[in-house]
Amino acid sequence: MAGRYQSDMTKDDVTPKHVWLNRRSLIAGGASALALGSIAGPAAASLGAVKTDYGADLEPNSFDDIKSYNNFYEFGTDKSDPARSAHMLTTEPWSIEIDGLVDNPGTYTMDDILAGVTLEERIYRFRCVERWAMVVPWAGFELADLLNKAGVQSDAKYVAFETAYRPDEMPGVRSPIIEWPYREGLRLDEAMHPLTLMATGIYDEPMPKQNGAPIRLVVPWKYGYKSIKSIVRISLVEKQPPTAWNTYSANEYGFYSNVNPNRDHPRWSQKYERRIGGGLFARQTETLMFNGYEEEVAGLYDGMDLIEFH
Amino acid sequence: MTTVQAINSALGRVPPWVLYIVSVLLPAWLLYLGMTGGLGVEPIKELEHRLGELALQVFLFTLAVRPLRDWTGLNLMKLRRAFGLITFFYVFLHLLVWLVLDVGILSEIWADIVKRPYITVGMAAFVLMIPLAVTSNNLSLRKLGPKRWKGLHKLTYPAAVLAALHYVMLAKGFQIEPLIYLGITLLLLAGRFRLPRKAATA
Repeated sequence: MAGRYQSDMTKDDVTPKHVWLNRRSLIAGGASALALGSIAGPAAASLGAVKTDYGADLEPNSFDDIKSYNNFYEFGTDKSDPARSAHMLTTEPWSIEIDGLVDNPGTYTMDDILAGVTLEERIYRFRCVERWAMVVPWAGFELADLLNKAGVQSDAKYVAFETAYRPDEMPGVRSPIIEWPYREGLRLDEAMHPLTLMATGIYDEPMPKQNGAPIRLVVPWKYGYKSIKSIVRISLVEKQPPTAWNTYSANEYGFYSNVNPNRDHPRWSQKYERRIGGGLFARQTETLMFNGYEEEVAGLYDGMDLIEFH
Repeated sequence: MTTVQAINSALGRVPPWVLYIVSVLLPAWLLYLGMTGGLGVEPIKELEHRLGELALQVFLFTLAVRPLRDWTGLNLMKLRRAFGLITFFYVFLHLLVWLVLDVGILSEIWADIVKRPYITVGMAAFVLMIPLAVTSNNLSLRKLGPKRWKGLHKLTYPAAVLAALHYVMLAKGFQIEPLIYLGITLLLLAGRFRLPRKAATA
């Protein structure tokens, strides 16, 4: 349901798109880019996502930052590989298989998924387990909307997700970096939480392929790899499902993977992070508990040892 | 004159200072790229990784000089010291970027060195290379005498293994590239131990 989230932040701090677009064309292209920009306008169709106050106090990264620095190992392990290779992914038509403990299992086309849904713009912090971070203005809807459409049965306790696996379109899956297809999972209450989004766009434009087109998960209080991309399957299950990075190394990548500055990754500290896009002299900043969403989500983990269940 | 001999005589005319100048230009170019957006939106990590990779590549090249001569006749021995010093220079820059631009917080630097095995291993490789860099000159060779000098410079071997291991240990997921570097390192070292004594006494 759209509009469920209210906050007392104001919109005044958000950089409006036309402002940063102009800013960029001034810097990058000079007169010709300016002239083109004013005549042709934006190339991609806008999604018309409803603005919300959520994250209004955050300054988003530029669309270029967000599109050019990605971990999407299906297209290679280098940060620039997805931007180079993800164009190979066919995203139309697209559908998600919803199965398991639901009343209405079956194949949901993008039309089915988006029917009756209002897209919202939500500006969220995004924190990678590798200690880099960005701020992204997602366009999307709450996962709860989709799960309610499918009708979650009472014995379902977890939600399992799967990314498309297409060796012909994904050069990265030829190498056994992790177990393919990529899988992720959430506890049902995490999945139903109003912060948890299914995103179909960024900056009100359709999701770039390197960012997980056409539809991906966004769980802002967890490390980035939980926010699984290009989803083709969602299963409601009773038991905690196996997930890609947890299967690879459980000690390094827990099932919960909540952003937690007090629980180091065995190979590096998680106390600090660095916003991308800050240039060669950007400093590190302190990582926030639950990536700054403590107030909203800490209640989900009452009484849990967050070091043991990392 | 064979091709190898032709190459050798051409290389014989290359003075080491040409290599030193090229070796300074490369990181200067990377720094320029980093400051002008040419290294992407996270230039600190990119610069750090490129310098590390560069160091490892020159290191392997340095190690390959002797096998190259023994197996193919291609003789780069005259330039080997330069390659070794350039390796150290790149390792030092790699470390400097990590210290100053990347981590930049003193307590965190120390915690990383002590607590993070891949950093401990990388630091160990650097420390082993310090005496090698310091003694890579004719005066040290004379003062130490060839025997002790050669003994000391065997530290190159553990340093190389640690450097390659450092790369393997920081990979996320199963990645081929760092393993290839480690494989080449081990191959170049294994070749040394199988070589007949004449190489050492020649």
